[in-house]
Amino acid sequence: MALLWLVPAFPLAGFLLLALPLRLSPKVAAAIGVGSVGLSLVSAIPPAASFIAHPPPGCFYSLPLWSWLPSSGAGKVGLYLDALALVMVLVVTVVGFLIHLYSARFMAGDEGYGRFFAYMNLFLASMLILVLADNLLLLFLGWEGVGLCSYLLIGFWYRDPANGRAAVKAFLVTRVGDTALLIGLILLFTQLGTLDIQELGRRAAMKWAAGSGLAVAAAALLLGGAVGKSAQLPLQTWLPDAMAGPTPVSALIHAATMVTAGVYLIARTQAVFSLAPAVELATALIGAATLLIAGSSAIVQNDLKRCLAYSTISQVGYMFLALGVGAWQPAVYHLATHAVFKSLLFLGAGAVMLALGDEHDMLRMGGLSRRLPLTFWTFLVGCLSMAAIPPLSAGFYSKDWILFAVRYSAPAGRLLWWAAMAGVVLTSIYTFRMLFLVFLSPAKQELKAEPGALIQVPLLLLAVPAALLGFLETPRTLGNVRLFTRFLSTSLPAAIPESGSPASELMLIIPSTVASLVGVGLAYLAYLRSRKAEGQVLAVAARPLRRFLFAGWGFDAAYDLLLVRPWSWLARISRKDVVDYLFRLIAALSRLLNRLLSRTQSGLLRRYLLALALGAAAVLALVVLL
Amino acid sequence: MSPVPLEYGLGLAAALFVLGLVGALVRRSVLFILLSIEIMLNAGALAFVFAGARWAQPDGQVVFLFILTVAAAEVCVGLALMLELYQRFKTLDGDAASRMKG
Repeated sequence: MALLWLVPAFPLAGFLLLALPLRLSPKVAAAIGVGSVGLSLVSAIPPAASFIAHPPPGCFYSLPLWSWLPSSGAGKVGLYLDALALVMVLVVTVVGFLIHLYSARFMAGDEGYGRFFAYMNLFLASMLILVLADNLLLLFLGWEGVGLCSYLLIGFWYRDPANGRAAVKAFLVTRVGDTALLIGLILLFTQLGTLDIQELGRRAAMKWAAGSGLAVAAAALLLGGAVGKSAQLPLQTWLPDAMAGPTPVSALIHAATMVTAGVYLIARTQAVFSLAPAVELATALIGAATLLIAGSSAIVQNDLKRCLAYSTISQVGYMFLALGVGAWQPAVYHLATHAVFKSLLFLGAGAVMLALGDEHDMLRMGGLSRRLPLTFWTFLVGCLSMAAIPPLSAGFYSKDWILFAVRYSAPAGRLLWWAAMAGVVLTSIYTFRMLFLVFLSPAKQELKAEPGALIQVPLLLLAVPAALLGFLETPRTLGNVRLFTRFLSTSLPAAIPESGSPASELMLIIPSTVASLVGVGLAYLAYLRSRKAEGQVLAVAARPLRRFLFAGWGFDAAYDLLLVRPWSWLARISRKDVVDYLFRLIAALSRLLNRLLSRTQSGLLRRYLLALALGAAAVLALVVLL
Repeated sequence: MSPVPLEYGLGLAAALFVLGLVGALVRRSVLFILLSIEIMLNAGALAFVFAGARWAQPDGQVVFLFILTVAAAEVCVGLALMLELYQRFKTLDGDAASRMKG
């Protein structure tokens, strides 16, 4: 346990080594980059094993590292490991290690090979600091660190200006949320006098009444940060563009770990959120709206990665929905299963694109089920998991748990449940549309490369948990396994209302399963049976609607019109230095004054004398007369 | 012997001062400007002496001695400047030395 600090330290050391100007050969760079993450994973296992086998007293372990500004009460730096943090650490290290392994082959031959691993290691170190931080300030350090790495890796192929633009967009849009988070931190610190997360929860519960203005403000600001990082409405626009980065980056940062940091933040500061029911409701509504908007946009995307990006937004929407109705544990559960199946899908997509020579367009893929059998079967596992089709699918158990919690939540349970159900149909449509178009439709081009072992092993290793992780927690009618709940109940309250009877739980499972299957059927009819793919079904819906969905409900255009254009207009007129006129006026005035005064400097002694005499007389007159 | 009234003395000092000032302003020759400044200094000193007599205090005469000293020092510097001026411009016209203008 005392060696917990090694977990983030290894990737950090890897980053430092790789960042030195050593001109490492690709092999050495890969060994350092992958090895540091492997060591991090290995060093995370003993604490995890001892935590699970012999839970420490209080079911948390805190490791103070050092303190700075000791008088402020904010300067303690330490690690805090409880059940929630442990789940995150395991997700981050396991998925991170597999993706690093995959990258060693995927990025081979890239001129920025060492740079890539340096950024990835820095990302992993920041992410681990984020999840292990015991106070919000350290968490914010990790939060900004992952944001920086996200920026660097989206713009990794910087020679293409479009990638740079995508990186800047991601950075700026998340910055909006980060600013809200920072203000929230300052608010919490000034009001409660501490940033230590556990202490914060206790003091907030003591000092603030439920629904009081300050609690609502603090929770809303934290939510703002989470919304930015997790690409939820209205800050979701950066994620589809973030796919400009290499595919392993999309898998690790923009699907499995970083975008779920918002979910982690809300779960971590759950004490504050419980005091603000209005913000919780807002979280649920944001989640529901996001999952519908992103899900419907995913259906019409042709770029494989963009489709996956929209699906990520949609799945994180489910997590927000769960958080909003107080279902903390289902949200974290879905976070874990989503991390596994989504990184699996992304890596599978990467393998496909590698095999087809960097082809992104799904309409030009096809017939890969025979030629890439392993990729196909693992992708299928990922699809089943994402579309929540039982029994061998982790996503089914986590999503069903969320649906159950949503249905029996006050105050808008029924409405939110319908939204979530619509989302289930959308999810399985776009998931199986991907599968059908990429693997089962007629072949359209030849294979350019065969994926190697380094590509296939991570796929296999991720497919196992994507199929089996769900058995940690099953509905009461289907085995009633409660491992996850029991484990997580030490750090998150079990907010599942027990009002629903086992029978009613079953009554919710059946429609959601049917909804998933209906989605699959629709996708089959629309994209596989009708050979002229695309359009047969959607042609019914008018073309403008498709364009609307394709553009992600026009958020980009709206922001462009409302924010970007006015801003660049301001910048353009500022180029003429409007503000400078004021300063130029000052300069002109002083120049005028200078010209007037230099007239008086005639050099004639007697003039000076006269001026002196007159001045003295004037002063005297003033003194005498006044 | 009745003392001279203060007003007379101050009037005389003021007249002397103005005479000196006007002299300094209207004369071009540096020599006469120096002379006029001497007159102004003595006008001020005279005012001090009169005031000292009026209140029967020795301070007025003490200050007169100081002014005398200052005037002597000033004349030293002034005459040295005047010689230097003549060396450079071959004239005693103060307006000739007007190159330092803005």
